[in-house]
Amino acid sequence: MMDQAPVLMIVVPVFASLALTLIGPLGHRAAYGLLIASLSLSLTASLAMLVQVVQTGRAVHYRMGDWMPPMGIELVIDHLSAGVLALVGTCSLLTAIYSLHTARQDNPDRLHHYYALFALLVAGLLGMTAAGDVFNLYVLLEISALSSYGMLARGRGPAYYATFRYLVMGTIGACFYLLGVGYLYIMTGSLNMADLAEILSRPELRESVSVRIGFTLIILGIWIKMALFPLHAWLPNAYSRAGTTTACLIAPLMTKVSVYVMLRMMYTVFSADYVFQQIAWSRLVIFLASAAAVLGMITALSQRDLRKMLTYIIVAEIGYLTGGAWLANTAGYTGAVYHILADGIITLCLFMAVGAIIYRTGESRAAAMQGIFQRMPVTAAVFLVGAASVLGIPPTCGFFSKWYLLQGAVQAGAWVFVAALIIAGLVAAVMFFKLLEKAFFGRLDDLMIEKSNGKPGTAALKIRMDEAPLTMLLPLVFTGAALVGLGIYTNEVVQYLIRWSVPSGI
Amino acid sequence: MDDLFYFIIAKYNYWASLVLLFIGLYGMIVRNNLMKKIIGMVIFQTAILLFIVSIGVKRGATVPIIEFSADKQPLLEASAYANPLPHVLILTAIVVGVAVLGVALALLQKIQRVHGTIEEDEILEDLRK
Repeated sequence: MMDQAPVLMIVVPVFASLALTLIGPLGHRAAYGLLIASLSLSLTASLAMLVQVVQTGRAVHYRMGDWMPPMGIELVIDHLSAGVLALVGTCSLLTAIYSLHTARQDNPDRLHHYYALFALLVAGLLGMTAAGDVFNLYVLLEISALSSYGMLARGRGPAYYATFRYLVMGTIGACFYLLGVGYLYIMTGSLNMADLAEILSRPELRESVSVRIGFTLIILGIWIKMALFPLHAWLPNAYSRAGTTTACLIAPLMTKVSVYVMLRMMYTVFSADYVFQQIAWSRLVIFLASAAAVLGMITALSQRDLRKMLTYIIVAEIGYLTGGAWLANTAGYTGAVYHILADGIITLCLFMAVGAIIYRTGESRAAAMQGIFQRMPVTAAVFLVGAASVLGIPPTCGFFSKWYLLQGAVQAGAWVFVAALIIAGLVAAVMFFKLLEKAFFGRLDDLMIEKSNGKPGTAALKIRMDEAPLTMLLPLVFTGAALVGLGIYTNEVVQYLIRWSVPSGI
Repeated sequence: MDDLFYFIIAKYNYWASLVLLFIGLYGMIVRNNLMKKIIGMVIFQTAILLFIVSIGVKRGATVPIIEFSADKQPLLEASAYANPLPHVLILTAIVVGVAVLGVALALLQKIQRVHGTIEEDEILEDLRK
């Protein structure tokens, strides 16, 4: 069984997705159970592989149908992908558990179809992370993108137009990627990543214009997918109108896996040497990343809607990740990889907390935060931990990723990025203190009075504890604990996982 | 002059797909009608598919099934057969393209039902209300 874990991890959710489309008549409990069961299996497989990779210190290579690469299709789980796989598995299972109430609220009529898309999206993301060749990565990228279009379109309110724009942008991104792969194929005749890396490292291809164009197209395509400033316009619109479960699943994972794909392309297919010596865009990219971090946070500060605020925080975090990846030193790389894991959990935590608040108050404006510490103490406490992680307050994991990123930026002499990290942190501090002030000191009945059209009498009755249901609370508390846990075990994560994946040449 | 002539004529498949690529991008970015945006998107995708299919072609080559000579000897020369791999890849990419087109059309139908129009400016106006 263990030998087959890499493929089971991806195939189980695919078949669960097929089965989910058929079991509609059995009711929503059956669909919920099947989704949880398949994602648990998938998570078990990915954790088993993480343990194996860490214990043996070697990458797992799985050959589909036992065809030898480069002819055959290969799944590769190394130190970098094992961490991301565990992140995707954990976040998707937590979201699935969390979805019991919210998914039914958002999709009263066809929950099983919604869950089928859910499982397919997870399979696509896991496949993208484990794929060992560039063309399968494209197909799995489109599988996850297509299921995300379907899930986002079933949002609250007029989500169709926002989803349509995301679809057009996403297709342009994927097409650029495919065209870039075509260029690489012309020059190398190979699609397997390890094989490509070997051929591309030959001196005669180093100066090649076609390879350069191929790299440019691939990276541009991935930047559109991960919403790097200034290509980010589609993200806030599409994500902020999504249903609660959809937002919790897609917001933390889609962009993080895209960043992972960027790292893969930069360091596995091409080499650090090629990217930083031959392409040499570092200055420009770090400038874009800094702009993303600062402008993302400032735009987040100006939002009144909680969900929209969080989506702009994602844009800012993408800036941190991209900057770290392009700093071209070990600290920056470590910071970027660590922040993929940390930011996945931070985003999940914040979206889940806001989702719980919206579920209870029926309100997504910042005003919903008023008096939240009295009404929903657990949710509010976890939200506080999530906010502390975005700000980078120790011992949460956000502190350590910022620490590595700053260290890398100082070493590389990228003062723009240092300034951006500090300014974005300060802006985030202002934003969260404003919210927390409302949460602590905001008069609880202000919101209620507003909701009951100015009659204070009815509002007084509602001042009581009104915590989210247990299925929402448990995953939420788990993410809060994970943020602190990941922070405390930073050393171990870096030592056993990230240090191994640091590419040569940086 | 001869160089330029060679540059354009000898690589006509690249030029053709490049032209299609820009027609598609133009449709997607400039057009106001969402249906035309979808058409642009499909042209854009098709341009890339044609580009990759065209690189599998070899002059004077045949279909990639091993031929036998009169004395039953297999003809094992790579240059005699077209490269099948780009075609296989594109077969998959076509399926992906069709799926994207299907989802896009379904969304467009929903947009038409919700907003009563598929002109972008009118939808934006409707959303602002």
